Amino acid sequence: MSADTKQNPITQNTITIDGQEIPFQAGQTIMDAALAAGVYIPHLCHRQGLTPHGSCKLCVVDIASRSVSSHNSDRRLQAKFPADADSRSASACTMPAVAGQQISNNTPALNEVRKTITQMLFIEGNHICPSCEKSGDCTLQAMAYHLGMLDGHFPQFFQRREVDASHPTIMLDRDRCILCELCVRASREVDGKNVFAIAGRGINAHLIVNSASGKLVDSDLETSDLAAHICPVGAILIKEHGYEVPIGQRTFDLHQVSEIGLEKTILTKVRQPDE
Amino acid sequence: MDSANTTGLLRSVIAEAYAESPHLLYVLYALQQQFLHISEEAVREVAAHLDLPSSQVDAVVEFYSFFHKTPRGRYDILFSNCTSCGYMAGGVDLMAMLGRRLDIVAGNTRGDGLVSMDQTSCIGMCDHGAALLVNGMPITSLDDTMIDRIAALVEAETPLEDWPAGWFQVDDNIRVSGLLLKDDLLAGICLRAMLAHGAADTLSEIIQSGLRGRGGAGFSTGMKWQFCREAQGAAHYVVCNADEGEPGTFKDRVLLHSHADSLFEGMTVCAFAVGAKQGYLYLRGEYRYLLPHLQSVLARRRELGLLGVDILGQPGFSFDIGIVVGAGAYICGEESALIESLEGKRGIPRVRPPFPVTHGYLGQPTVVNNVETFIAAAHIVLRGSAWFRVVGTEKSAGSKILSISGDCAAPGIYEYPFGVTIRQVLDDCGAKDAQAVQVGGPSGTLIDSAEFDRRLGFDDLSTGGSLMVFSQARDLLAVIVNFAHFFAHESCGFCTPCRVGTTLLKNGLDKIAGGHGTRYDLDEMQHLAALVKCRSHCGLGQTAANPILDGLQRFPQAFEQRLVHRDFEPHFDLDAALEEARQISHRDDAAAHIE
Repeated sequence: MSADTKQNPITQNTITIDGQEIPFQAGQTIMDAALAAGVYIPHLCHRQGLTPHGSCKLCVVDIASRSVSSHNSDRRLQAKFPADADSRSASACTMPAVAGQQISNNTPALNEVRKTITQMLFIEGNHICPSCEKSGDCTLQAMAYHLGMLDGHFPQFFQRREVDASHPTIMLDRDRCILCELCVRASREVDGKNVFAIAGRGINAHLIVNSASGKLVDSDLETSDLAAHICPVGAILIKEHGYEVPIGQRTFDLHQVSEIGLEKTILTKVRQPDE
Repeated sequence: MDSANTTGLLRSVIAEAYAESPHLLYVLYALQQQFLHISEEAVREVAAHLDLPSSQVDAVVEFYSFFHKTPRGRYDILFSNCTSCGYMAGGVDLMAMLGRRLDIVAGNTRGDGLVSMDQTSCIGMCDHGAALLVNGMPITSLDDTMIDRIAALVEAETPLEDWPAGWFQVDDNIRVSGLLLKDDLLAGICLRAMLAHGAADTLSEIIQSGLRGRGGAGFSTGMKWQFCREAQGAAHYVVCNADEGEPGTFKDRVLLHSHADSLFEGMTVCAFAVGAKQGYLYLRGEYRYLLPHLQSVLARRRELGLLGVDILGQPGFSFDIGIVVGAGAYICGEESALIESLEGKRGIPRVRPPFPVTHGYLGQPTVVNNVETFIAAAHIVLRGSAWFRVVGTEKSAGSKILSISGDCAAPGIYEYPFGVTIRQVLDDCGAKDAQAVQVGGPSGTLIDSAEFDRRLGFDDLSTGGSLMVFSQARDLLAVIVNFAHFFAHESCGFCTPCRVGTTLLKNGLDKIAGGHGTRYDLDEMQHLAALVKCRSHCGLGQTAANPILDGLQRFPQAFEQRLVHRDFEPHFDLDAALEEARQISHRDDAAAHIE
């Protein structure tokens, strides 16, 4: 830390998001700091407690290029930075918080970018909300509502994707997979297994199962695993519990995606004590 | 063969390969060679032998273009699809021609298993005209008579050794030599100079020289080495990025062929400066034919005491270099994706920070530099930073080696001081009526003739070395469409903007080029291209839209002349949708078409 920064304790361990000053601790990302302060940054592939991924790009923010610490005599930078200032794009979930960062988050322009990215996720897969049992509990769907998305905008890709119904209690419907890798990470980092992976390249990337047959039934996935429950869309579902909660009373019927996004945190170990 | 025998053979191939090199890509290549594909059983056996999850092995097999889960032919033919060395480079579709001769459709293996044929991204033969790889060996300067002869040789099952040897000849085509190309360094000469100076002085000399990475990003090489040297770690690594996949680039091919000693010298200097014991040369799969040559140079250097334990008698200075060959993935030219690939994973660019200088190969401090960068560093150690700095410009010291291809009289390798104008380069290579130049390959900048006085350098036109010339006769939209297909094919699929965006851009351009685009589609392209550029995870996505954005800005007429003057035209092409039905019913009469 330079002597200059010490004279300026306000910027020492705070970042500014949309004009609001937010404290952070060393090692935190912009997302960590924002969520801890109750500031919602839209996200799909992020879950606190799992290694940040940075793939969905819903959490894109703009960071003003000039850092305060190198120009801290310039008081103008302490004020809200001008909208046309040079900035760089970053994923909030992977970008470390650095003292003095001036961050744009909840702006019409960024939300428009996020809406387009959400539309990309919709048209890439086969998301038929009316016939999907995850409807109302689906974060992708809730995100679309949150961002004011009214249609897919782009032509549908109509990709052929495999359904795996082999497991007695868990269903894998790749039509709905958005490649967020939450299940991949949850299985590795929390369940202590390694049930899922992504194979293939580009638009052919797809979720695969780590078993001899490639089928879920031959994997060691269990209903009690976090990986069986973490899917933000309807790609991994617990069988025979589809319609227990009626439409209209589901998570996102009752809550904004931002409320849920601020709440969801995984403790480093959530497995049962009797294991 | 019964299944017990198959399993036994699989296991012995795996064990043998693994004993030679523990890298997953190496083992998978051995299997692909032996069995012409990598079966489900092979995936499981590899996973068991290497103690990896079978999902990881499976994921890797599916990621790289040169691994296949279904059998390829005994002759596996891959045509480059680059605008300079591709199957359309001469204006005739040579791949379709061979397909007709061999009765095979691109992407397939013939029923008798004799031959398979497909297209692949640029194979770096752009100064040699249309080119292909047959079982990994390049054949260049293709024309229709050669296609006929290739078909005959394949049908006769003639071994590759008995094909005309001249077909496999790859020339250096060095047209203009500067600082680096004048001579290959004598083995050991700059290591001796370095040992005389010591590591700290060597490093400061590199920093003083102003050398910046030749891959295109232009980070200070000396600072990179310094950061790596200072980083704490159980081991330090030196990695040479010889994965030049940028279409139109082939300078590394020439450097690896004729300046390998300088390269290994540069890597060894770096190892001494940062304290590394192990280095890797990551060679693109398309250049596998150079492997025997490179291995022999390494073997000779070991014999001379220039690699191994106590190099040149210096106690404690131990370093060796292994070669890992890629398997067809442009993304592995991105340094963190390259490291992932070295580690036996899919080539997915890592989240940065942390950077490879602190967390690279196996999580340890790692220098990754381009072939040309290491060679420049070797020369600087020998001749001093002042020698380097007097050439070039203030911000871009030294020279740049260009791979020039496209519509010019003398495609080949040209080395210039930084600061040279495009006009000078075009004059030298005999490009008489250029309408546009693609500087730095598809990921670089497309400029028009009004900009030919711009200069090469990090502060103006940055380039990794590709320079493609397009004459007035070229259909620039076709070029931009080609590039869009390239990026969609090479996107790793990690982040949404690039994975979906590059495919949307490709589809949108196809619609316009096919004569179905409207003004609305053009505006859509502009909007989408800007998003892909600004919001993608890594350099691939951030540059994939450049040809479209540059094209729309500088050559709008190339797009506009294809537009339909309607407000809206659906993406869905009814007539095209009937194609499958026409094929099944063997009909192509007027009534089988709509419109």
